[in-house]
Amino acid sequence: MTVSVNPSQTGEPLFYLADEHPHPEGYSTSLGFWIYLMSDCLIFAILFATFGVLGGNYAAGPAPKDLFDLNLVAVNTSMLLLSSITYGFAMLTMQQNKIAQTQMWLAITGLFGAAFIGIELTEFAHMIHEGATPQRSAFLSAFFTLVGTHGLHVTCGLIWLVTLMVQVQKFGLIEANRRRLMCLSMFWHFLDVVWIGVFTFVYLLGVLR
Amino acid sequence: MSTDTHAAHADDHHHGDGHAHGTFSSYMLGFVLSVVLTAIPFWLVMSGTLPSKQITALVIMAFAVVQIVVHMIYFLHMNTTSENGWSMMALIFTIVMVVIALSGSLWVMGHLNSNMMPVHQMTGMN
Repeated sequence: MTVSVNPSQTGEPLFYLADEHPHPEGYSTSLGFWIYLMSDCLIFAILFATFGVLGGNYAAGPAPKDLFDLNLVAVNTSMLLLSSITYGFAMLTMQQNKIAQTQMWLAITGLFGAAFIGIELTEFAHMIHEGATPQRSAFLSAFFTLVGTHGLHVTCGLIWLVTLMVQVQKFGLIEANRRRLMCLSMFWHFLDVVWIGVFTFVYLLGVLR
Repeated sequence: MSTDTHAAHADDHHHGDGHAHGTFSSYMLGFVLSVVLTAIPFWLVMSGTLPSKQITALVIMAFAVVQIVVHMIYFLHMNTTSENGWSMMALIFTIVMVVIALSGSLWVMGHLNSNMMPVHQMTGMN
């Protein structure tokens, strides 16, 4: 992969890759997907910055202390943490070519993810029922945008997970499916990292404020 | 022909090695660490053990940073050698961008909040 000056054939320098060799399919997928995740990280950074600026503007409406139930948030956080470790187990069993066990761990991961989304939607429904809608204050607009975007990502991850389970069922643990499962693994763990920021800065610091 | 495909497969394996995999023990270690690093901040805020809110806020932010690093290492398998260091490069670039965006926004908007009071409030005081 070095740009080599190759004077042996024509005597003139060669200003392109001398050893252009074919790459196998998908060899750059993991780096490309990582760069996608980093760009996603920037989206969340801007949403966190928005929340940081607007998070204190209650417009005489409800404050985090009145709205957030930390017990529920703790349960929700443990759902996402458990789904992270079960996805890890799915990756470990995938490396051992155990299709049935991989599918089982993927299904358990999906259940934990669905529980997370269910609890979050219940929380949102409860808040909106109490009048804490996104229109109520700048704090609530920023809250729903940030936490909602994260929830939307998890929902997309769940759809992706089910799709991959069907793929694995149909075609087995072929190279392409392994690559896809690895990408989803990065996506899923990345969402867990974003959630660390959400529960710390939105929920814990909000209740503390 | 068969040697060609074999060579391609060997090449594939060579590239595949650029990505690190976890082991059962590394996943479990990461999980236990993240459970502890999650439970302590929740406990600190819910029980109000620390004397002041400022100290509690600083401590839970420190826990969040440590937990993010733990997840990066044990779940996302970040290291300086994967993809010839390019994933680490992308990560460092992103961290720089995130720090500029976050600290810049909070700094500028904080100053705006404290220095630019709405006009009607200023006149209303007289």
